[in-house]
Amino acid sequence: MSTVQNEWPLFEVFVRAKAGLDHKHCGSLHAPDAKMAVQLAREVYTRRQEGTSVWVVRSSDITASDPGDKDMLFDPAEDKVYRHPSFYELPDAVNHM
Amino acid sequence: MYTQAMDTAPKEERKAVRSAEEALLEARFEARIDDGGFIEAKDWMPQHYRKTLVRQISQHAHSEFVGMLPEGNWTTRAPTLKRKAILLAKIQDEAGHGLYLYAAAETLGTSRDQLLDALHTGKAKYSSIFNYPTLSWADIGVIGWLVDGAAIMNQVPLTRCSYAPYARAMVRICREESFHQRQGFDALMVMMKDGTEAQRDMVQEAVNRWWWPSLMMFGPPDGESVHGAQSARWGIKRISNDDLRQKFVDATVEQAKVLGVSVPDPLLQWNEVRGHHDFGPIDWDEFWRVVGGHGPCNQERLAARVKAWDDGAWVRDAALEHARKQATKEQAA
Repeated sequence: MSTVQNEWPLFEVFVRAKAGLDHKHCGSLHAPDAKMAVQLAREVYTRRQEGTSVWVVRSSDITASDPGDKDMLFDPAEDKVYRHPSFYELPDAVNHM
Repeated sequence: MYTQAMDTAPKEERKAVRSAEEALLEARFEARIDDGGFIEAKDWMPQHYRKTLVRQISQHAHSEFVGMLPEGNWTTRAPTLKRKAILLAKIQDEAGHGLYLYAAAETLGTSRDQLLDALHTGKAKYSSIFNYPTLSWADIGVIGWLVDGAAIMNQVPLTRCSYAPYARAMVRICREESFHQRQGFDALMVMMKDGTEAQRDMVQEAVNRWWWPSLMMFGPPDGESVHGAQSARWGIKRISNDDLRQKFVDATVEQAKVLGVSVPDPLLQWNEVRGHHDFGPIDWDEFWRVVGGHGPCNQERLAARVKAWDDGAWVRDAALEHARKQATKEQAA
C-alpha cells in the first residue's frame, strides 16, 4: 500500500464541449503529471464525445475567493441596478434600443 | 451503479455542547438547506454532516469499483463481439463513476489513499449486492436490468443532494447509467425471444437468484434505518428506503411481464387500494449476514480488489518517478 506522499497530485479538469464554447470545469482527477492528466481526463470525462478540448491545472495552483468573503465581495453589486438595461424606462417608440 | 442505502454504520452520538459561534454557523447552515440551497466544499458545515457524506460517498465509490469485478468475470466469455464491446464500455463507466465519486469525497478533506485504505482493510463497506456470484451469462443481463435499475432509482434523488459536489457527480452518473439498464434488458430480451428453452430457463434462474438481493439494495426498512431521519433533514437522502423499494417493485413487475419471466415471490400481487404491488417479506438476516462480511463472495471480491491495487503499485510509482525526473530536467534546462 502506498503512503500519502506517493499519491498522485490532484488536477482540475476543464472541457470544451464544442468549438465556440468556453472550457467548463467538469471535475478532478489524480495524475502523475499534466501530460498524463490530459490522457486520463479523456478517459474519465469524455467517453461519450463530451469534449473537443481539455485543460488540466494542478488544484494546488488555483487561487480561489474565500466563501466567508462572499458578502463583502459580491454584495456591493446588489444595489447597482443602473448597470442593467431594464433600469431605464424609455418611450415606447425607442424602447427596443 | 451503485449506491445502496448505505446507512449501515453504527449511529454516532452528536456532540451536545457547542460554542455560541458554532451554534450560529449551524443555524445558518440549516437555514440554507431548508431553503433548498446547496453546500459547496469550502462552506462551513457541521462535522457530522461532513462525516456522513464521506461515509456515504466513499461507500458509493467503493461499490462502483467492486462492481466491476462480477462483470469482469464475463468479459472474456461474452457470447458475441457486440456484447463484449458493450460490457467493456459498461465496466469502464463503473470505473469512471467510482472516480467521480472519490473526487467528490476528497473535497470533504479526506485523501484518496485514506479512502482506498478503508476499503482494502475492510473498514469501509460497499454495496452488498456485489458479494453474490455471476454464475451464467444471463446474470450479466439481470445485473443490468435489476441491479442497475435499483441503483438508478436510488441515485436519481441524489442528483438533488444538498452537497453540491456529490450532486454534480450524480448528475453525470445518472446520465450515463441509463444505458446500463437498457443493455441488460436488451440482452435478456434476445435470450427470451430468440433463445432456446435452455437459454430462457437460464434467464429465469438468474432472475430468481437476483430478485431478493436487488430489493435489499434499498437498505433496511425505514423503521430500522439508523441514519435515515438525519440524512433526510440534511437533504442527503430525499426519498425513504421503503418508498424507493416500492417504486422499484412497481416498475419492475411490468418489465418482467414484457420479458416473459416470473418474479420469485408467491405473495406478490397488485393492491387496488394502495395502488401498489404488495410483496413478500425480505430476509433481512441474509442482508445483515452479507453486509457483515459473510456473503458468498465477500472475501473473493476484497482479495481481488486488494490484488489489483498491489499489483498496480509499481506502475503508479514509476509514473510518479518519471514525472519527477521530467520536472527536474526541465528545471535544469
